[in-house]
Amino acid sequence: MSVQDFALAAEVAARRRWGATAALFALVVLLCVLSLGIGPVRVSPLAVIEALFGGGSDVAQVIVREIRLPRTILAFAIGGILGLSGAALQGLLRNPLASPSLFGAPQSAAFGAVLVIALGLADVRSYALPVVAIIAAFGSVFALLAIAGRNAGLLILILAGLAISSFAGAATALVMNLSGNPFVVLEIAFWLLGSLEDRSFQHVALALPFIIAGAAVLLSQASAFRTLTLGEEAAQSLGVDVARLRLLVITGVALGVGGAVAVTGTIGFIGLVAPHLMRPVIGHDPARLLVPSALSGSALLLAADIAVRIIPSTSDIKVGVLTSIIGVPFFLYLIMRERRALGGGVA
Amino acid sequence: MTLLSATALNASLGSRKVLHDVSLSLEAGHLVALVGPNGAGKTTLLRALAGLIPSDGDIKIDGDTLASLPLRERAKRFAYLPQGHMVHWPLPARDIVALGRYPHGATDPARLSPKDIEAVLRAMQAVDVTAFSDRRVTELSGGERSRVALARVLAVEAPVILADEPTASLDPRHQIDVMQKLRNVADTGVLVIVVTHDLGLAARFADHVLVLAEGRLAAQGAPAEALSESVLASVFRISAYRAEFQREAVIVPWADV
Repeated sequence: MSVQDFALAAEVAARRRWGATAALFALVVLLCVLSLGIGPVRVSPLAVIEALFGGGSDVAQVIVREIRLPRTILAFAIGGILGLSGAALQGLLRNPLASPSLFGAPQSAAFGAVLVIALGLADVRSYALPVVAIIAAFGSVFALLAIAGRNAGLLILILAGLAISSFAGAATALVMNLSGNPFVVLEIAFWLLGSLEDRSFQHVALALPFIIAGAAVLLSQASAFRTLTLGEEAAQSLGVDVARLRLLVITGVALGVGGAVAVTGTIGFIGLVAPHLMRPVIGHDPARLLVPSALSGSALLLAADIAVRIIPSTSDIKVGVLTSIIGVPFFLYLIMRERRALGGGVA
Repeated sequence: MTLLSATALNASLGSRKVLHDVSLSLEAGHLVALVGPNGAGKTTLLRALAGLIPSDGDIKIDGDTLASLPLRERAKRFAYLPQGHMVHWPLPARDIVALGRYPHGATDPARLSPKDIEAVLRAMQAVDVTAFSDRRVTELSGGERSRVALARVLAVEAPVILADEPTASLDPRHQIDVMQKLRNVADTGVLVIVVTHDLGLAARFADHVLVLAEGRLAAQGAPAEALSESVLASVFRISAYRAEFQREAVIVPWADV
């Protein structure tokens, strides 16, 4: 094999991956346009594009740009950061069942946010909300990795994740339990279900900076995830500071998930599902999976958010409920597939 | 010429002290076998030498103090092959081997410089894995996978290779094959340190043998002295059949004493 042959083979594989990623991006754009057009007043895709760029009727402009655009931006960004967080955690832990929601990160972030609301420390639109949510998410992922230790098997990670999410759930319930104001409790309960309805640009401003920062941290570590394919020791011997990498991943996931949860409540399972959808297309390289997983996360959440607006029902279906209804059976399927690794202890 | 030396090396795992005052001095171009009973501290010594775990004592590589070298620089000088040839994701063999170029700044296997590609190809040819460079490592046999792991280590083109039980769980033919390849690498001027439980392979292929017992160097030197009858009796508590075959030393562990 010559240098040229080697470079060519790498190039062919790279082109295929780029093609798949570009197609995925096109799908995300299409879903964004659909998302902007769907609601009580249907706006055709062409009218949506016209309105976005300042044309069309005033009514269409207000509907598309002021009412639906924040919702679509949030679906895109939050789906993306959840998919990216899942891919990053799976890369860090070399484990296809890792994801923020199985580790209790969104549940913990929600607890942080609920605490702020219930204690009346800040109103729903202050930056205190995402900041406390981020701190809680950081604490939960940090605790999980500390409990599981290095080279933890699937079983330990999932049991520790179960414990942490149960604890966060119980703590949230306690806060609601002790809160004297029934209106606050109702508001919290509704918000916990996870929804993108009626979100404004204020919400976008609240979440987006944290999501972008989290994404930047995770994407900057891409190539380090690849070296972890060989295990932590080998990665370290190749010059990767594994302890620092862990801390950066926890920080990135906490920033993204905390920021997201602060404006939408808990939306689960996107982080688990998105990387799995991409592996058959992109391959298993944890570095190359990051961007496609983010895009597929965006596509999933945009699609789910479109679905809750189309599905006929008497009351609104919350998007967080839908993603869980779809995500949990997928999780069960993954457990079945990984049965051998789970039964045998360390994968 | 001394390439790697350690003076009064001490290391602990948690609260347990694993290495006690290990001092050694190893030469470029040598294949060094690191042997000792289970729990003697062989892997810990290997990790300490590569700077993968903290240790007290002075380690010098090619005149530089290890502790003063940044992570990247260490990675260029020590190629480390962990136990078990673990690969967590089904990547193609070529991408695994290309990871050996990571310390040299080649972080993406799809975008290697011609120089890096040459190093990868050299490594793959040296251990004969070019034929399955596009296959996923998880689909390879144990013997093939161990060769891919070896190619990844060779691709670093480091002056020191540290291999932790590279022959474990391989059949006899592949054990000999791996040791022969490491021998060939040493003959090109690389210092190769191999942890092994196979005293026969150590006696046959090594220039220098380090015998570790309870964290201390019990013996070191050419295979014949380091693996003498008295060392085998006191450290391993075995006797061995000794012979010479095709002008190479043969040691077969025989009975406990």
